[in-house]
Amino acid sequence: MTLHAVVRAVRGQFELSVELSAEPGHVVAVLGHNGAGKSTLLDCLAGLLHSPETSVRLDGRELSLLPPYRRRVGVLRQRPLLFPHLNVRDNVAFGPRAAGARRRQARELADRWLAAVDAAELADRRPAQLSGGQAQRVALARALATDPELLLLDEPLAALDVDAAPAMRGLLRDVLRTNTGRVTVLVTHDPLDALALADTAVVLANGRVVEHGPTQRVLSAPRTPFAARLAGLNLVAGEAVEGGLRTADGALLHGLHAADTEQNSPAVAVFAPSAVSVYPRDGRVPGSPRNTADAVVAALEPHGPVIRLRTQAAAGWAGGLAADLTPAAVADLALEPGTPVTVVVKATAVDVHPAWPSGLARGPELPERSGQAYS
Amino acid sequence: MTRDSTLRSGLRSPRLLWVPAVVGLALIVLPVAGLLLRVDFARLPALLTSPASLDALELSLVTAAISTLLCVLLGVPLAVVLARVRRGARVLRAIVVLPLVMPPVVGGLALLYLLGRNGFAGYLLDVVAGVRVPFTTAAVVLAQTFVAMPFLVISLDGAIRAGGDQYERVAATLGASPWVVFTRVTLPLLLPALGSGVVLSFARALGEFGATITFAGSLQAVTRTLPLEVYARAEADVDSAVALSLLLIVVAIVVIMASGRRMTDGVRP
Amino acid sequence: MRTVALALAAALLAACSPAEATRTVTVFAAASLTETFEQLAKKFEAQHDGVDVRLSFGGSSRLAEQIVEGAPAEVFAAADEKAMAKVTAARLADGKPRVFARNRLTIAVPPGNPMGLKGLADLRKDDLTVVMCAAEVPCGRAARALTTAAQVQLEPASEEPDVKSVLGKVATGEADAGLVYVTDVRAADDKVDGVPIAGADAAANSYPIVMLREAAENKLARQFVQFVLSDEGQRVLRDAGFDAP
Repeated sequence: MTLHAVVRAVRGQFELSVELSAEPGHVVAVLGHNGAGKSTLLDCLAGLLHSPETSVRLDGRELSLLPPYRRRVGVLRQRPLLFPHLNVRDNVAFGPRAAGARRRQARELADRWLAAVDAAELADRRPAQLSGGQAQRVALARALATDPELLLLDEPLAALDVDAAPAMRGLLRDVLRTNTGRVTVLVTHDPLDALALADTAVVLANGRVVEHGPTQRVLSAPRTPFAARLAGLNLVAGEAVEGGLRTADGALLHGLHAADTEQNSPAVAVFAPSAVSVYPRDGRVPGSPRNTADAVVAALEPHGPVIRLRTQAAAGWAGGLAADLTPAAVADLALEPGTPVTVVVKATAVDVHPAWPSGLARGPELPERSGQAYS
Repeated sequence: MTRDSTLRSGLRSPRLLWVPAVVGLALIVLPVAGLLLRVDFARLPALLTSPASLDALELSLVTAAISTLLCVLLGVPLAVVLARVRRGARVLRAIVVLPLVMPPVVGGLALLYLLGRNGFAGYLLDVVAGVRVPFTTAAVVLAQTFVAMPFLVISLDGAIRAGGDQYERVAATLGASPWVVFTRVTLPLLLPALGSGVVLSFARALGEFGATITFAGSLQAVTRTLPLEVYARAEADVDSAVALSLLLIVVAIVVIMASGRRMTDGVRP
Repeated sequence: MRTVALALAAALLAACSPAEATRTVTVFAAASLTETFEQLAKKFEAQHDGVDVRLSFGGSSRLAEQIVEGAPAEVFAAADEKAMAKVTAARLADGKPRVFARNRLTIAVPPGNPMGLKGLADLRKDDLTVVMCAAEVPCGRAARALTTAAQVQLEPASEEPDVKSVLGKVATGEADAGLVYVTDVRAADDKVDGVPIAGADAAANSYPIVMLREAAENKLARQFVQFVLSDEGQRVLRDAGFDAP
């Protein structure tokens, strides 16, 4: 499936005008603050909102004139919204039933999808008896059971607590990795979700695309101030290794692995500019920090109440870093572009996340694409 | 009773509310108690099993049941459409509750001016099909449906609007056509509200008097329902009217008890 | 605030003072007496300066029941003796009831008598919608006495709770005929016509009036009863279509 969508919509003062493309099997992340138009965009793709100037083409099939139930889209939202009057199995069987499957056939399919999201034991429960994470897994199974050609994920992790979110993120990665060519659009305000799940990222501001490109590039080297503010993180790509991450040129950055990070697979180390300390090159670095590296100041620019320092591009993890300093510190250290410095990051401030795509490892066994029409 | 919990809610209603609450309850309980005190229990079996009483009871139960069914068949679609209407919803809602605020006798007159011999629909029916509605059991059902339907529509309309359309939206993205969404999602979610709406409309139909006597008249076994029978008996034999009133109360209580669970169930989670 | 309280207190005192109490008289009267008693009350008030006659109309049996239950009536005028008997049996009457009028039944038909009805027997015609009073009320009792005597078995479309609703059903055109009192037809002006019933005289019902014990202290109550029985009162009743007692 190839997605090409042009969505234009006006609501009062707000105007949405977005072009979105995706290769078969790809995941597009749509990033933006609240009110940027992300959910409106998703509702237009799903057909829940109509706008005359909208075109949604999926492999040349024009969806924009179809009602939602003919579009073959799957939607997973922040809240699972499982039907409260049906048990878990019948929730998942709802889509196949609506497509005309017989009750038994639909329930068998539901059981297979529940197994795929590791929720087989929940099949007979009522939605009210599930935890937030369990319910979201079931909702994912329900969305996938209709075998959608376009999967729309609307902040699927935002409402989960800190324990459930990594597990759900891992499950989504597995599901998206065993993709069969369907396009996925992931709406999120969290750059980490985009990093972990998406091939490409689109940054939305005031209803318009301000930046788009491969996820890591958009997030680590934002070209617009807006994308920089949204992302605002230091990203170091490499491979997850024991105790941290190894960059392509062999440097080791100590850090903490996220729950879904796998050893020896592509990963990204993430840390905030405020977690970076800057010292004079020959000065003494206090204590024994694990992550210490030399760098050269490339630029200094005001960033709200602080000064953001950028280092020159270089090998290792300290090239192209952002660090936030107080104006007093900048004066004390007499920093200016070209000044050699030593940068330090505490290992506990570095999170190592799996990066997308994360290689050829197979995910769990998922039900076969059913494709056939139900009689 | 087992002691399954040592926890109690820490919330209390203000003590001040207890006074009007008790007065309010007394206002309902005391008149009914007064009625019970007047019942002549020695004559009760004979009074209740007289042919007139049995005819009235049967007629009341049958017509109220048919009216309630009509209320469901017409009222559920009305409520669903009403809740989704964008323009003129306020005007439509005001029209739907009109029978609720209209004195029933006026409702009866209104029906008469529509379906009576000189009403335009009634005249057409008479001339074209030879059908005359007033003074028939059908007129009783129409009068009851007229006054009872608002209760059903209001119960459902409130529930639909409180619940929003989030589940319907989910169902649509799962491939469900509007009809499937209605039958498999909207309706099941509305069942609790439908339950209380059905009870309210049945109760209203059972107690209907003014519109019935105006539109349908009062004839044993044809149009004289329990309330009309009570009214007619009160002219001559109060004991017998009281006995019949007791019967009406018992029927009402049975209906409420039978559906009590539905009424106390929550609407949407 | 204070003036309101004072005014209230004054009103309460006035209501309680015996001098004021005798300036009103409360009369419960059968529904068929509505127009006549309103006229009688007006004349009575004209003759007694500052007097207020309070009238309450309804089905006789219902009024009798209300009186037995303690309604503050001082004079009761019923449409038949059975309703009156309820009040006398409860020992609430002051003296013996006296019959002050009689009323015959007639057939009320839409203006111009479109069906051309000529008497009771015509009411058995097919496809004719006939309404009458329920057996529990005086006009229903009178109607049944009449039909039994005439050996005409009627099949009414409805048995109404009082004579005014029978009249209403004919006046709105829903019924082709209804059994009502002569006085009702006369009071309804041109909304209905009356078809006389042969032998209606025999089944005419008697209207008794009585002063109630409640009014023992009230001279006006006695005066009102006397007024109804006086020549002037009887003239008003005769004009309305009532027969002499």
